[in-house]
Amino acid sequence: MEIEIDGKIAQVPDGSTIMDAAQQIGAYIPHFCYHKKLSIAANCRMCLVQVEKAPKPLPACATPVTNGMKVFTHSELAVKAQKGVMEFLLINHPLDCPICDQGGECQLQDLAVGYGGSASRFQEDKRVVFHKDVGPLISMQEMARCIHCTRCVRFGQEIAGVMELGMANRNMHSEITTFVGRSVDSELSGNMIDLCPVGALTSRPFRYSARSWELSRRRSISPHDSIGANLTVQVKNNVVMRVLPRDNEDVNECWISDKERFSYEALNSSARLAKPMIRVDGALREVDWNVALDYVSHALKDVISNSGEASLAALASPQSTLEELYLLQKLTHGLGSGNVDFRPRRRDFSSDGKLAGIPWLGLKLSEIKNLDAALVVGSFLRKDHPLFAQRLRQLAKKGGKVSLLSSSGDDSLINLHAQLTVSPADLPLALAAVVKAAAQLKNEAAPAGLDSIDPCATSQAIARSLLDGEQRAVFLGNAAEQHPQAAQLHVLAIELARLTGATCGFIGEAANSVGGHIAKALPTALNAYEMFAQPRKAYILLGVEPELDCYDPQQALAALKEAAVVVMLTPFGDGMAPDYADVLLPITPFTETSGSFVNTEGRIQSFTGVVRPFGDARPGWKVLRVLGNLLALAGFDQNSSEQVRDEMVPAGSPFVAGLDNRISGVPLSLSLMAPAGELQRIADVPIYFADPLARHAPALQKTRDAVAPTARMNAATLARLAVTDGAPVRLRQGNGEAVLTARADETVPAGCVRVAAAHVTTAALGEMFGAINVERA
Amino acid sequence: MLTSESLKRIDREIAKYPVDQKQSAVMAALAIAQEQQGWLSSEAIEAVANYLGMAPVAAYEVATFYNMYDLKPVGKYKVSVCTNLPCMLSGGVDAGEYLQKKLGIGYNETTADGLITLKEGECMGACGDAPVMIVNNRRMCSWMNPEQIDKLLAELK
Amino acid sequence: MAILGALNPMLSVGLDGDKAWRLADYVKRGGYSALRRVLEQKIPQSEVINEVKKSVLRGRGGAGFPTGLKWSFMPRSFPGDKYVVCNSDEGEPGTFKDRDILRYNPHSVIEGMAIAGYAMGAARGYNYIHGEIWELYERFEEALDEARAAGFIGSDLLGSGVSFELFAHHGYGAYICGEETALLESIEGKKGQPRFKPPFPASFGLYGKPTTINNTETFASIPYIMNLGGEAYLEAGKPNNGGTKLFSVSGHVNRPGNYEIPLGTPFATLLEMAGGMRGGRKLKACIPGGSSAPVVPAATMMNATMDYDGISKAGSMLGSGAVIVMDETTCMVKALERLSFFYYEESCGQCTPCREGTSWLYKVVHRIENGQGRPGDLDLLESVTTNIMGRTICALGDAASMPVQSFIKHYRDEFAYHIEHKKCLVPVDVQRAGSSFFTATV
Repeated sequence: MEIEIDGKIAQVPDGSTIMDAAQQIGAYIPHFCYHKKLSIAANCRMCLVQVEKAPKPLPACATPVTNGMKVFTHSELAVKAQKGVMEFLLINHPLDCPICDQGGECQLQDLAVGYGGSASRFQEDKRVVFHKDVGPLISMQEMARCIHCTRCVRFGQEIAGVMELGMANRNMHSEITTFVGRSVDSELSGNMIDLCPVGALTSRPFRYSARSWELSRRRSISPHDSIGANLTVQVKNNVVMRVLPRDNEDVNECWISDKERFSYEALNSSARLAKPMIRVDGALREVDWNVALDYVSHALKDVISNSGEASLAALASPQSTLEELYLLQKLTHGLGSGNVDFRPRRRDFSSDGKLAGIPWLGLKLSEIKNLDAALVVGSFLRKDHPLFAQRLRQLAKKGGKVSLLSSSGDDSLINLHAQLTVSPADLPLALAAVVKAAAQLKNEAAPAGLDSIDPCATSQAIARSLLDGEQRAVFLGNAAEQHPQAAQLHVLAIELARLTGATCGFIGEAANSVGGHIAKALPTALNAYEMFAQPRKAYILLGVEPELDCYDPQQALAALKEAAVVVMLTPFGDGMAPDYADVLLPITPFTETSGSFVNTEGRIQSFTGVVRPFGDARPGWKVLRVLGNLLALAGFDQNSSEQVRDEMVPAGSPFVAGLDNRISGVPLSLSLMAPAGELQRIADVPIYFADPLARHAPALQKTRDAVAPTARMNAATLARLAVTDGAPVRLRQGNGEAVLTARADETVPAGCVRVAAAHVTTAALGEMFGAINVERA
Repeated sequence: MLTSESLKRIDREIAKYPVDQKQSAVMAALAIAQEQQGWLSSEAIEAVANYLGMAPVAAYEVATFYNMYDLKPVGKYKVSVCTNLPCMLSGGVDAGEYLQKKLGIGYNETTADGLITLKEGECMGACGDAPVMIVNNRRMCSWMNPEQIDKLLAELK
Repeated sequence: MAILGALNPMLSVGLDGDKAWRLADYVKRGGYSALRRVLEQKIPQSEVINEVKKSVLRGRGGAGFPTGLKWSFMPRSFPGDKYVVCNSDEGEPGTFKDRDILRYNPHSVIEGMAIAGYAMGAARGYNYIHGEIWELYERFEEALDEARAAGFIGSDLLGSGVSFELFAHHGYGAYICGEETALLESIEGKKGQPRFKPPFPASFGLYGKPTTINNTETFASIPYIMNLGGEAYLEAGKPNNGGTKLFSVSGHVNRPGNYEIPLGTPFATLLEMAGGMRGGRKLKACIPGGSSAPVVPAATMMNATMDYDGISKAGSMLGSGAVIVMDETTCMVKALERLSFFYYEESCGQCTPCREGTSWLYKVVHRIENGQGRPGDLDLLESVTTNIMGRTICALGDAASMPVQSFIKHYRDEFAYHIEHKKCLVPVDVQRAGSSFFTATV
């Protein structure tokens, strides 16, 4: 199709709109309701343009291009129409720009300069629209500003997958609202603030704290999940004031999750650790860096000389930077210990040493949209990976068959092809059934050990979907990696991929779940679980809060409390750290350090600090480097984080090498019986408890996703325990216990109780997926 | 929330539409819920939404868009008077004023005994019968001169 | 008696008596013979459509689009579901003809829709009925039950192997659902907000499937066309304006009601059929095609003929055939104020010019009517209407603007008087007398 816009020729594919063509040749057509990622509404009418032979101006966003079409975006007819629309938009819009948070970044304000009149002809009373309270993240206090473009409504329906906002009433009384007093709870809700072209939906935490023109914009990368969303961090007076998405179509498109948007509040939290502290006479005291580091090096040397190198263990958060992880493992190995790991929530390490390469997603994020079918195994999907789930949602919307096999019956807000919800113990069996079904469909022999498995109709449907089409994928989620039989799940997924021709990959738990492998922050002796199961004398903890971040917090805490030396490198000094830490070294979070994250597709994304460090906090890589020097270890002479990175990956390479999910030498051994009579625990890691930053962000902690954990069971389980919904129950694992409220939840599989991890109320409990005892309290 | 009788009627409406288009029954279901309750509470709207598998706010959009739904309690009888131009030319406005005087209430008000709520309606598609009014969304009353209005009011007990 | 008067009637023949709407009565009048013949003789689909084309039946809902042509837009070879939808959401002030068709002759609509379904290969249909005429919605459901039991709708019609399922869907108080795409949205269980076109319903209609939407009277006319033959039907009217049509006469006449007359009948004849002007007063103005049509002054109207072309020549639109008659007791400002309120109230709120513009228009006219008019108001009103017209998603913006423009154009003095003198040119007691509320007997 050829189209002429203001004399410029554009070639566009059939089905394009005038707006598409205009964007292609860089012709700007004013608009409000149009958004590249949302369906066409054509309701604001700002993009009216003149089309040759059309008697009336036509909306560029909705008018399909016809061959030879001639469009005039600035003709008298077009401009008159655009100005007419602008006048209508302004007649009921309040004149409160001076106090409006959107001021300076308001599309209505900007376009009013070009298309608005200098005085209003509207002499009537303006519309009054009542404010709404929709929760701690989005402010809807000045809804008279709304211009009814419905971008927010369409975002909910189309991107977030849940319609929480609608436009109620009709005529000029139309108003955007939630259902009678409800809050907006989507984990992607903050994007609606960005989409709102005016100041109707604003950021509640950011409100009235700065004007947009006072902010400097710095590029950064999300430190939370494994997607590595690209961020713009906005800074005023050396303080991070807000975080916005930075467009990267291949990674986060133009979205970020609420965790990524609002966790910045933690950076300015009063819980930040300002100075190093060491335990003196039983109490932690602030000291200077040189005192603290000297203390650490002596303490570590003492432990090693008294108890041997193997008495030292180091555990890092997978949200640490690549550089931090690298120097930590170098330090640990340099001190002669092989007890280093970055996978605190892992239980099954039997695949270590059996992998062909670095586990990763198995394909590029941008390839997800081309899949014909996908199976996700062991994941809380949208709460684990909001943007990954969003991509699957779009895939399902255009006909891709997305199936979910997990222990969570939570609504994924994805139009699933098939869903199987089973107990954690049954998860390997359920995946084995899909493998067997695939083998049967292909008339191939199923792997040994699956003889007695009889695939159900749903397993067959999943297998069939994976056999159809060009591109298919199997994804292992966080719960599959945390699972006590993670390696079995891995082997089965690989086998399924082999049988069906699908790719197989790991979604990856955290910002550096791939990076940790690049940094080789992996054990050559005790792993993340063993280092607590077999208590050590000295621990170095990097960015982890073990009571919340470990697979078995009870075991971790016990070991830490008994240890001679616990050195903690952390941005925060609160929580349980004072109970076990002997040294607290304040390190800087991602906004105050340079470093790199390697996302789940192996993309290396380096970033620099955007503000000066808080107090005396220092970048973790520098602290580790100096420690290396103090301990007289070789290879600690880097002057920049870039130098550290370049020791791991060739400079300038966009992706890391060596990604390979194949596994060999792990025999299939499925236990066909779940432990009889025992209740099994299903532990989710709630989205806003998942890492220290999220846990320290006040607004996120006020959301519905951050309510304290309950003990969720289905009605049959409740009845068996003679417990009613709402009653207190005592939960026991090992010698720890917690008292929580029982909740009826029919999505929880039989014989299971769902108790969230990563929360202080459940920190006394043990393994995420082990047996658990529940009784009336 | 919804009685089994209401659910049965809603099921009959759902059956009119393709199996994957349950939401099509939302207007009828809301009308049925309103009949059951006398008005449409948020709880009723949500119950309808859940029954039809749609977002509560989507059902709320529908309930607030169409003006025969009452989202606030109304009297035992809701009398809607058409005052649109064709009716006005034949006494629609006069009929409304006559009713207001008789009942001692204005539009959108309810008599103290909770018996009658008066509404100003839009075109009911019966202009030839003006003045027209509708009782409880169901019964259309035609040619409502003073005598007829008196008769109607005597009936609404 | 349903239809108060008729000249050479078709639709309204034999509708006396309480049972005229019943299947038995309809069959006695020759009903379902057209459907039976089409099915039994397996008349090719294209031939049915051709017959409708020959009749030059123009859509009776208001737009007057040739029905046969509309039917031919349906992709007949489309493999999936297709729909036929009847628009009985009659809510345009002044229009009340479909109500009488549903009241006295519902089976003609059912038969017409079944024939349409056959001709376009659509196996499913819906009749969207104005919520305010609830009793007739219930009656239509009963008529459907009768037709289903007799094999005129359902699967395997009269043993022909052809299926046509038909259901009734009720509105609940939204004028905009008379707009065909808003109506489709409403059937889908959403707010009645019109869709942007293209795509048109013929390619993307109900549930995204090819759909044809016609007015009640249009469908009701189909059996008569099939029985009479397209050409004979055309000749009952005048060239380019085939057949007879129902006109709803309201306002200041002695016998408001529906009248079936051949297209091309003089307005004066229609007025006479309606009993002439109430109280013998003088005709002041007439809106000849429903509230959205421009108002026409008495002199022009008395010379007009009642057909699409004739009314167009008189500067207005035949629309749905709703004739609102106003005598000299009418205050044109008050009349416009009420219409402007209607469009403001009924705007769906979706697109900017209509949502904001209709409320602006009403507020200004309301001010003028209430003695708060300002000197520039009439120019402002005209300017606002030009900013609305042609810039909205659907025709409601135009419908709200045309009365404003035409009222000011023809009765500018009256508006100017209001603004200048803060009161009406027509004394209030004279206005009151016009309604005859306290004097009328039924």
